[in-house]
Amino acid sequence: MGEEKITAKKREQLKKTIARFSGQGEVIALLLAIQREEGFLSRSVLEQISEEKNIPLSELYGVATFYSQFSLHPRGKYVIRVCQGTACHVQGATKIAESLKQELGIGEGETTHDRMFTLEYVNCLGCCSLAPVLVVNDLGVQAKMTSAKVRKLVRELRRR
Amino acid sequence: MAGTKLKIKKVKVGLGTCGIAAGASQVYQELESLGKKEGFEVGKVGCLGLCYREPLINIEGSFGRVVLGDISPSELKGAWEDIKNGYFPEEKIIFDGQNYRDNFITRQKRIVLRNVGLIDPEDIEEYLACNGYKGLERVLTWEPEKVLTEVEKSGLRGRGGAGFPTGLKWKLTRAAPGDTKYIICNADEGDPGAFMDRSILEGDPHSVVEGMIIAGYAVGASEGYIYVRAEYPLAVKRIEKALKQAEKKGFLGENILGSKFSFKIKIKEGAGAFVCGEETALIASIEGKRGMPRLRPPFPANRGLWGKPTSINNVETFANIPWIILHGAEEFASIGTEDSKGTKVFALAGRVKKTGLVEVPMGTSLKEIIFDIGGGIKEDKKFKAVQIGGPSGGCLPDKLLETPVEYRALTETGAIMGSGGMIVLDETSCMVDLARYFLTFIQSESCGKCVPCRVGTKRMLEMLNRLTEGELSSEEIPKLEALAHVVRTASLCGLGQTAPNPVLTTLKYFFSEYDMHAKEKRCPAGVCTGLTTFVINEKVCTGCGICVKHCVVKAISGEKKKPHRIDVEKCVKCGLCLINCPFDAIYKV
Repeated sequence: MGEEKITAKKREQLKKTIARFSGQGEVIALLLAIQREEGFLSRSVLEQISEEKNIPLSELYGVATFYSQFSLHPRGKYVIRVCQGTACHVQGATKIAESLKQELGIGEGETTHDRMFTLEYVNCLGCCSLAPVLVVNDLGVQAKMTSAKVRKLVRELRRR
Repeated sequence: MAGTKLKIKKVKVGLGTCGIAAGASQVYQELESLGKKEGFEVGKVGCLGLCYREPLINIEGSFGRVVLGDISPSELKGAWEDIKNGYFPEEKIIFDGQNYRDNFITRQKRIVLRNVGLIDPEDIEEYLACNGYKGLERVLTWEPEKVLTEVEKSGLRGRGGAGFPTGLKWKLTRAAPGDTKYIICNADEGDPGAFMDRSILEGDPHSVVEGMIIAGYAVGASEGYIYVRAEYPLAVKRIEKALKQAEKKGFLGENILGSKFSFKIKIKEGAGAFVCGEETALIASIEGKRGMPRLRPPFPANRGLWGKPTSINNVETFANIPWIILHGAEEFASIGTEDSKGTKVFALAGRVKKTGLVEVPMGTSLKEIIFDIGGGIKEDKKFKAVQIGGPSGGCLPDKLLETPVEYRALTETGAIMGSGGMIVLDETSCMVDLARYFLTFIQSESCGKCVPCRVGTKRMLEMLNRLTEGELSSEEIPKLEALAHVVRTASLCGLGQTAPNPVLTTLKYFFSEYDMHAKEKRCPAGVCTGLTTFVINEKVCTGCGICVKHCVVKAISGEKKKPHRIDVEKCVKCGLCLINCPFDAIYKV
């Protein structure tokens, strides 16, 4: 689990976010919101939620590790998610994933040392007609990928 | 129209997730600047479903409506002068004002997709102009029992895959004791290869919202939830907007349209777990817990969300409801077959020429969908199989292409109707690899609660992995089959009970491929890396030397600017040469 100490200011900010989710069964929505702000769920963040919401830490950990959207480790500036849907699979998703692994020098679920890139797999983005696809930071879906397009994309993102 | 200057009022761009990926945002920007100059409005629509012709634009004015496809932002400016004067580029016309020119769409019967791609999903007025919320208005003058009877009479069955009669589900929920009841819309479209629900939510969210409100009235619920995948951010955004607009107009909230009926809807975002498509797991997830299923009975109709009676229906099921109310149960029941009424939306993709959304009457054959509507196989390769129903479904060979799409007939083949994913496969796909692919998916998505699914799928996957590596003997294949039957019989929920279907159907219809992997240690499609050899096509190779640099074991040699060769003895099949060849000269056999 990522061990980042949080400052008093951040604690206050988190408190506000946590307070926004007061309804029944809002844990998942709360964790999603915090992850969107922080990029990942650190131990200290989960501890704070546990205290303020009076939910056992083990239960929060159980939820956070059950769903694939949550990450307990810091992620890169750009999270590249390669679609593993059926249409993508039969049209070369494996090749796209391999090209990314090679270009970034990391495996699935890993982050580069400079914290620029994280490589993840996603079950299906529902853009099957444009297979194979990938998505960067939940922005636009990149259509009809090839190894050459992957290399170009990574280089462009590095230059930004 | 040709030759007369057209009065263009509005141009709408198909801005679904896939349209945007195909470049529709740039088209939108281009049109905005043109619109400012020429004085027309620019708007958005969802996806018409002709994915292979994205980006799409709708041009509206006093002349009616024309739909054009294959629009590139760079060409648009130049072509606009002609369009303005009524000359539409022939090859780009999809709808000419009277007729659709593409048989991909003329062969369809659109009930669920009636508005998708035609109206602006973010503008309730456009939905209202297409009889939107008229179904709700009518229902509010009826007794709830009449709604139940009407839906039951229509013969509508759940479109999420299992096909439970919707009217009966509602009736059971209404009859269950308790004052607090819930309606849930299952929009957790987790099947890889399916995008019907995403397109409906992005293209016509109000039809689903209206369906839910009617359901709430019929079962006596005052609260509803839409459980939608977090992987569909645009769909979430559009439902949020739709709910706000519906509330403002008085279709949602207290005393709807002056009646005594009150109903509100909340959105719950999923967080990425396939098993949450199962209704009891979905309920656990809405409650903020790990999405693990539980034994049924009790069914959600009796004990659902927070222990209260709950009716869970799929996106497509809800989208059918307003149409049924407005057109009558008889008309709906007149479409389809004895066993399955109405239409079904399929997401046609894979190695087929025309990909997109296909809505056809139940009973249409697979052949008609793939060949007549889908235009056959890409690059005119040979059809091998069609995969329907995703990880819970199966692969059907060419001899079963005449099978009609209806619940019973598809179940008899060993596949299932499923939610509507339809992936076409050609000779370049290996059926063993595909079975392994689905099992990899299921095994990682198994929640781990029951042993048959948790351990059974793992052991099945291990056997398939060994088979694709050439390390499984043919004597072990019956073991794989036996284990598949155990997992099917003994698993707790639908995920485990249907998980072996891709393996069992490929064993049944494509046994020779399994046999070749096991006996001859050969993958006929050249997909399974462990059983293939990497070869350089000497006619295509330019001798650039890039592959030599990437080869870690120095297995590639050759003179500069002359075709290179791979030493099979040295090659470790890492595939780096294949990925890096700029000329696609390297292939697997």
